[in-house]
Amino acid sequence: MSDFIQANLPYLLAGISVGGQYALIAIGYTMVYGILRLINFAHGDVFMAAGLIMVFAAASLPMYISIPLVIIVTVLLGFVIERVAYKPLRSAPRMSVMISAIGVSYLIQNCALYFTGGLPRVFPSIPWLTDTVTIFGAITKRVTVITPIITLILVVALVLFIKKTKVGMAMRAVSRDFQTSQLMGIKIDNVISMTFIIGCFLAAIGALLYFSNYQSVIPTSGSMPGLKAFVAAVFGGIGSIPGAVIGAFLIGIVENIIKGVGWTTFSDAFTFVLLIVILMVKPTGIFGEKKTDKV
Amino acid sequence: MSNILEIKDLHVSYGGIKAVKGITFDVEEGSIITLIGSNGAGKSTTLNTIAGLIKPESGSIFFEGNEITGKDPNFIVSSGITLVPEGRKIFPDMTVLENLKIGAYLRKDDLSDDIEWVYSLFPRLKERSWQLGGTLSGGEQQMLAVGRALMSKPKLIMMDEPSLGLAPIVVRDIFSIIREINKQGTTILLIEQNANMALKTANHAYVLETGRIILQGSGEELLGNESVRAAYLGS
Ligand SMILES: Nc1ncnc2c1ncn2[C@@H]1O[C@H](COP(=O)(O)OP(=O)(O)O)[C@@H](O)[C@H]1O
Ligand SMILES: [Mg+2]
Repeated sequence: MSDFIQANLPYLLAGISVGGQYALIAIGYTMVYGILRLINFAHGDVFMAAGLIMVFAAASLPMYISIPLVIIVTVLLGFVIERVAYKPLRSAPRMSVMISAIGVSYLIQNCALYFTGGLPRVFPSIPWLTDTVTIFGAITKRVTVITPIITLILVVALVLFIKKTKVGMAMRAVSRDFQTSQLMGIKIDNVISMTFIIGCFLAAIGALLYFSNYQSVIPTSGSMPGLKAFVAAVFGGIGSIPGAVIGAFLIGIVENIIKGVGWTTFSDAFTFVLLIVILMVKPTGIFGEKKTDKV
Repeated sequence: MSNILEIKDLHVSYGGIKAVKGITFDVEEGSIITLIGSNGAGKSTTLNTIAGLIKPESGSIFFEGNEITGKDPNFIVSSGITLVPEGRKIFPDMTVLENLKIGAYLRKDDLSDDIEWVYSLFPRLKERSWQLGGTLSGGEQQMLAVGRALMSKPKLIMMDEPSLGLAPIVVRDIFSIIREINKQGTTILLIEQNANMALKTANHAYVLETGRIILQGSGEELLGNESVRAAYLGS
């Protein structure tokens, strides 16, 4: 048994780590869905864009400027996407907004293609984060160990923010009922923007951690992690933050254990089998809302 | 006393379908005014338009002498008008206390005195302070909706059918609270299908029928009116 754990420790660590990265993306999906009932297909691409912005920023700027810059620009990108592509469709059928989201997704990928010339770009190694460490005899990068810690700190901060602050209360109100929220004096557009800002902030952090591990960025780099984070959000019950986080860690760990036992080819397939199973067995996910209100 | 609210020739439609067809009425400061009418008469549409949720087609709305026509709800609330919406619409997964706090969303000052004041009006809410809104009974939810509206310290509070679906004894409680709130200085614009209670409570009443005001007078006058008795009081 302990031999098994010893042998699989690197995979387990990698799983927890990538799970944390998926979680940081999944929160963006689940929060936006919670408030707009929109699956924001562009979210994975925003994540990729954050990675790419880091590539270009770090090429000419020191780390202590590049990192905050990436976070700020990604947050701005999310804010602008919402204002330009989703806000004008506020009273349009939900399908129109979804189509707009798919359009934004392709637009970001195409811009990335233009800026990279289609070549994989090497992600700068962030000192300290990419140093090698030994943990329980397993050799890994420090980012592997740091990711779940950062993720948990951010998730706890976010949950407290939503539960305890006035803005958080407004977010809960708007995700329940637009009209009544307006009657309280809440400006729903501001609350929706706030949701995108938080989602993109977390995706930017997730990107810095993820690409530190995977080393290169291509225009479609956001697709797979985005899809897995989305499945994590569905698994956890889309709209639920703790659900998305649990789903993300589960997917990260299981896919790496599958790699550990030598079935690497099937590690991605697991995510999709999981999606199909949830949709068949419990479409509302483990923490999903019981009633489908606001339809 | 002056008019706190003046509605002039208000027209409202939903994508071409006219719901309110040119209504004019005033709400005197410090009074209880009621708008009665059967289902579909345009009562909720009128209140939602004043609250800024719907933009009118034409006509104007003045509050304390200033035009507020077509302003957004945020502006309306901050000017001092609150709506207790039809069906109460409390936030079911927030606690009673949170529901009260969100009613004061635009306020920056200390809320504790006003929370105590609302709890003194509705002792049942105080006992249930930590309970989720969704677990309250219909009557308690209505009390919470009224309490939540009071938390914004409105000058004018509009209520859309507060008695809807409540047991008669609870309706009496709600109406006595309405009178109490009015006595403490808040002007009230009340919409009801329950014409009997509303006319007994109101200083002045308007009868709305298919988007038009067809009759007005003091509460007593309308209670004595033949056609009102036939149409709304079932006698
Ligand atoms: N959202 C809406 N879309 C279209 N028509 C509506 C809408 N809301 C109300 N109406 C119509 O407007 C008219 C007035 O409705 P309403 O103001 O809700 O009446 P009341 O509150 O007096 O029962 C009705 O004919 C109703 O069908
Ligand atoms: Mg109505």
